[in-house]
Amino acid sequence: MSSVQAFVAGVWEFVVGDDWRTALGVVLALALTALLAAASVSAWWVMPPAVVGLLALSIRRAARESSRRG
Amino acid sequence: MSGAEIGLAVSVFLACAVEAVEALTIVLAVGTTRSWSSAMSGVGAATVALAAIVAALGPALTALPIDLLRVLVGGLLLVFGLQWLRKAILRSAGLKAKHDELQTFREETEAARTAGERRAGFDGYAFTISFKGVLLEGLEVAFIVLTFGANQHRIPLAAAAAGLAVLVVAAAGVAARAPLARVPENTMKFAVGVMLSSFGMFWGAEGAGAAWPGGDAALLAIVPGVLVAAIAMAWTVRRAVDAAAAEELVAAGAQAGEEATVSA
Repeated sequence: MSSVQAFVAGVWEFVVGDDWRTALGVVLALALTALLAAASVSAWWVMPPAVVGLLALSIRRAARESSRRG
Repeated sequence: MSGAEIGLAVSVFLACAVEAVEALTIVLAVGTTRSWSSAMSGVGAATVALAAIVAALGPALTALPIDLLRVLVGGLLLVFGLQWLRKAILRSAGLKAKHDELQTFREETEAARTAGERRAGFDGYAFTISFKGVLLEGLEVAFIVLTFGANQHRIPLAAAAAGLAVLVVAAAGVAARAPLARVPENTMKFAVGVMLSSFGMFWGAEGAGAAWPGGDAALLAIVPGVLVAAIAMAWTVRRAVDAAAAEELVAAGAQAGEEATVSA
């Protein structure tokens, strides 16, 4: 692995961590909030259920992986 | 001090204390086994590097337009916070090994003993391991200091909270002369996860253009809301793990009974 690849992998690991789906979900939830706000629609309600849902899904995936490993 | 500033100081203090406990274990291991002066040189060099990162990136971050800063910082804090919360919940349910400082200390001490002969004077191994340990553990804290602090234009307050945490942990380490194994690391990580997720959600949504009902006062509902949701998830996962373990026990008991009947 070249030093550039190692650096990119390090940044990815540092920012995104071991569950990229959660990071993607955060980006999508913020994008939806921005879209609604730009359309002058109340948008504050998007993030709370998104955050709780993303956390629950992430834990569920990790628990399943853990039980598959035994 | 406003509620948001107290949240900033508490979050940074707890996050920094947790990481400092982990770094302290590494420094203690190489310091006691190899060379204290070289280990402390590594700590000093890493501290200077972390301070340089904060000093270099802080002004750049605070120069960003406030909405862009909030959505970037909010998103980052939220991703960090959800990672911390997820790990803390999995550890509390026994699905992920808890950080055991005594075990880490033993492993680091053994590695330091077998890492080649110790020379008089400067010990490169002790310096490098200390430097890497402090830098890697401190990097996430440096980003929390930067992002949290920049968003409220209170980087000095965030840095002071981080510095205080390091002093407290170092003093406790000197007093104990041993790894701080009894610090409730997982509970502290859980608390940091709740704070980062809450503030990340709040600022991220604000930066994206949403207006929270009640403005800053919405944090008084967001923080407890995230806390309750996280506790409920931890409880649910723990119950599911306990139920699965009980089922396995019953199945193993039934199988043993069947085998005993067949052999009789």
